[in-house]
Amino acid sequence: MRHTITVRVNGVEERHEVDANQTLLSFLRDTLNLTGAKQGCNEGECGSCMVLLDGKAVNGCLTLAAELDGHEVATIEGLGQAGALHPLQSAFLKHHAVQCGFCTPGVVMTSLALLQENPKPTELQLKTALAGNLCRCTGYRQILDAIQDAAKTMRAQSKRRTA
Amino acid sequence: MSQTKIVGTSVPRVDGLEKVTGAALYTGDLKFPRMLYAEVVRSPHAHAKVLAVRVDKALKVPGVRAVATGRDFPFHTGIYMRDQTIFAIDRVRFVGDPVAALAAETPEAAHEAAQLVEVDYEPLPAILDVVEGIKPGAPLVHPDLGKYYVESFITPKPGTNICNHLKVRKGDYEGALAKCAHVFENTFTVPQVQHVPMEPHISVARVDLSGKVEVHTSAQSPFTVRHLLCHCFNLPHGDVEVVVPTVGGGFGGKAGINLEPIAVALAMKAPGRPVRVAATRAEEFYATVVRQGLTATLVTGVDKKNKVQAQKMYYLWDCGGYGGYGVNVVRAAGYTCGGAYHFPNVWGDSIGVYTNKPVGSAYRGFGMQEIHWALEQQMDRVAHELRIDPVEFRLLNCLGPKKTTVTGQLLEKSSGRVDKCIEKVDEVLKLRARGKKKPFHGKGIACAVKAPAMPNNAASSVIMKFAEDEMLEILISGIDIGQGLATVAAQYAAEALDLPMERIRVRMRPRTDFSPYDWQTVASRQTWATGNAVLRGCEDLKRQLFEVGAQALGAPVSRLELKDRKVIDKKTKKSVPLAAIVVGYQFPDGHTIGGPVATSAHHVPDGLLFLHPETSQCSKPVAKWTFGAQGVELTVDPETGNLRIERLVACYDVGKVVNPGLIKGQTFGGIVQGVGTGVMEELVIDGKDGRPRNASLMDYKIPTALDIPDKMEAFYVETPQLDGPLGARGIGEHTMIPTPAAIANALYDACGIRIDSMPITAEKVLKALKEKQRREKEGEDVQPAAASVAKVRPPARATRREAGRERPGGVRARRGRAK
Ligand code: FES
Ligand code: FES
Repeated sequence: MRHTITVRVNGVEERHEVDANQTLLSFLRDTLNLTGAKQGCNEGECGSCMVLLDGKAVNGCLTLAAELDGHEVATIEGLGQAGALHPLQSAFLKHHAVQCGFCTPGVVMTSLALLQENPKPTELQLKTALAGNLCRCTGYRQILDAIQDAAKTMRAQSKRRTA
Repeated sequence: MSQTKIVGTSVPRVDGLEKVTGAALYTGDLKFPRMLYAEVVRSPHAHAKVLAVRVDKALKVPGVRAVATGRDFPFHTGIYMRDQTIFAIDRVRFVGDPVAALAAETPEAAHEAAQLVEVDYEPLPAILDVVEGIKPGAPLVHPDLGKYYVESFITPKPGTNICNHLKVRKGDYEGALAKCAHVFENTFTVPQVQHVPMEPHISVARVDLSGKVEVHTSAQSPFTVRHLLCHCFNLPHGDVEVVVPTVGGGFGGKAGINLEPIAVALAMKAPGRPVRVAATRAEEFYATVVRQGLTATLVTGVDKKNKVQAQKMYYLWDCGGYGGYGVNVVRAAGYTCGGAYHFPNVWGDSIGVYTNKPVGSAYRGFGMQEIHWALEQQMDRVAHELRIDPVEFRLLNCLGPKKTTVTGQLLEKSSGRVDKCIEKVDEVLKLRARGKKKPFHGKGIACAVKAPAMPNNAASSVIMKFAEDEMLEILISGIDIGQGLATVAAQYAAEALDLPMERIRVRMRPRTDFSPYDWQTVASRQTWATGNAVLRGCEDLKRQLFEVGAQALGAPVSRLELKDRKVIDKKTKKSVPLAAIVVGYQFPDGHTIGGPVATSAHHVPDGLLFLHPETSQCSKPVAKWTFGAQGVELTVDPETGNLRIERLVACYDVGKVVNPGLIKGQTFGGIVQGVGTGVMEELVIDGKDGRPRNASLMDYKIPTALDIPDKMEAFYVETPQLDGPLGARGIGEHTMIPTPAAIANALYDACGIRIDSMPITAEKVLKALKEKQRREKEGEDVQPAAASVAKVRPPARATRREAGRERPGGVRARRGRAK
């Protein structure tokens, strides 16, 4: 069975035919060639496929593309680019929170969802939010520090915006 | 050492931008037109004869384009020992051993076809326990062991399951033991564990109609992959190109050669079509490679002054079905068998044993975490038994300048200082100067040492060239698997040529057709080897720039300096910008001198010698040692058995900190990986049928953000390494070596229990606590210091009698008698 879906991905409307069993992750990687989200296990256990679905962090490998009709997806590719990085991205660079980088897109998207919901998380809230994102390289410390630093920048930014 | 400007600072990663934007391309992100997808047919048996492989039904599945079996490709592979064929031919040796593979237009078609491959097996008795495997008369995993090609420094024993045996004989162990006031013997075990890189193994191969082979692969060592592929398929090196895109973690699991031969074999059957072989997460656990298991028995003889005089080490390694890479872990563990200690009299045996389990290979630390699990707990036990402080005891017995290693190598001032690392950890954690002890709260320490395990001629090289805009390009073939090699290489060049980091581009995704040779990215050798090559290359670039600059400025070379992107005459202060020299300098009248400025440079370890074949004595067996220590502070929950690691303090003598941000990342990452193997990780292989019982991330847990120590602190001693680039030595692997033992020692300090078998799970802790309570109730002698199960006894006659006998089973035999 094939379904036609219309979905906004990083602000761009996409209309595609998808197989009933195609995952969101495969839709992004294979259909749209957005390879930022990674496949580390394809069974919901590693978090390297995390993207935002209507602002909430979801495992791309556990979500079906057919269910995306009318929804909005955000991936690392829509976050920032050279010269215009998102505070999370800049903080990851500053804190050396990236090693092999395979987990990075997923970790960044998960933390983005958290900070949008909770701009000032405690260390424990942060660790809990990240518990579904495995990183084998960094030992997480510099990632946690980077996210807290980015949270500060984001709070200052939103204060400036509302002021 | 002169002041440095860029080396020693936390410049951001040069590959950071592409990684935080999702732009970095890993092998699985590459699209190849008309790519085929592979599925591997793997053995469900731990040990069996392969009687027949029938593929006719599989070939009928629509979309199937190629199938490959053992009989099509009867070629051997393996880095140190060629004991493995691409697909099993007449025998499978572990659950997961490849038997055949298919390539199809879609992964689904390949999967369907794989189910239709019919294999007739005749099951054989399986060796699923290393102690069984070494028994005389045990079924042989490799009856043809005597026929394999083996590197000269690997010594298998045909007719047994021993794939390598390294002996260390230093001084007079037997005589010294007889004179010791105390003798301790304990056995420790380590299970097989998996690397769990976040990016599973993946390779894409294409063979074109002219026969040229191109392989894109997630690997640590493109040139070694090429070399072994050429050997395996009997191809000239010029016909095989290996390309390594961004790699999502390796930890040793992507060293040597892995899925590449399967991809190439299939590609040969479907000329012109790229074939992609990707391990599923489950295959990653049991069918790629694992860390070897270890059973270690140690005997320690101590004199009246608390000095260890005699030390015996008996290491039995569970190498799994093939020894290709693991045999060298056995060797490294042998010549490092005494860890960070000075033992005057040593009897060491490191023995690799084939079993019918997943294949052992390199894993961050290359055997060192495993042997330190045994050594560092043993030292702690001995200290407690002798009622001296474990820190004191370590300082009294550790290696240092003028001490000799187990191979008799005399250490120098520049070899690094473990004593300083111990003292730093002690100072920070207040191990000796502690106040009153809280119940179930403890502190412990463990030391670490490791040398690069590599052939004596392992080389690295770089190509350095200026672009027209005087951007310096550095081509390296060491792989940045996350450790930060590309950044470090740029830092060294920036330092040596006084260039800003932005003026340097490191070309870090090698293609063997164009890139400089590099042996492998393993052994914590890249900062040291590639760093040295870069510094040497900079010297030559400078020479070329000065040669032209001298003519341009009309000044002798001796008056020139390179600064701020200019060649400057120190006397007249006249200068010429680099941009005017790097592709040739043109005089005002139009005539041109010089030309594009470029060079290549290499590094090969200096003066390494082979070990003595019978005793392993050798004055320089390895290029360098890196020493360190870690201390742990934890609380035990007596209800659940859970450990809460409150503080973890690490200190290493790294020679020179090249980039504080990166080295912290290496240290924290290693610590947490060490916590993983220390308290939660074990690849469970069923003792009856050899099948993996936890081959998923659901069942095989690795640390999450919630599992890290509450506080991690990293310190570094900088005793310059004489042949290190600006004094630096390796650190990547060392950071996970002592962690499990330090946790175990802190656990003992907290509640008087010892866990000899890694990992220290909550279940084991609870069980040991209960056992301790029971014994206390029954009024057994369990004063804190004697709670250890170590056997304390005077040197028995039996000890003296058998210690001198040349027999691998020596320790076991003796334990039998002692009972
Ligand atoms: S790929 Fe989705 S959780 Fe691992
Ligand atoms: S940086 Fe490698 S897995 Fe996180």
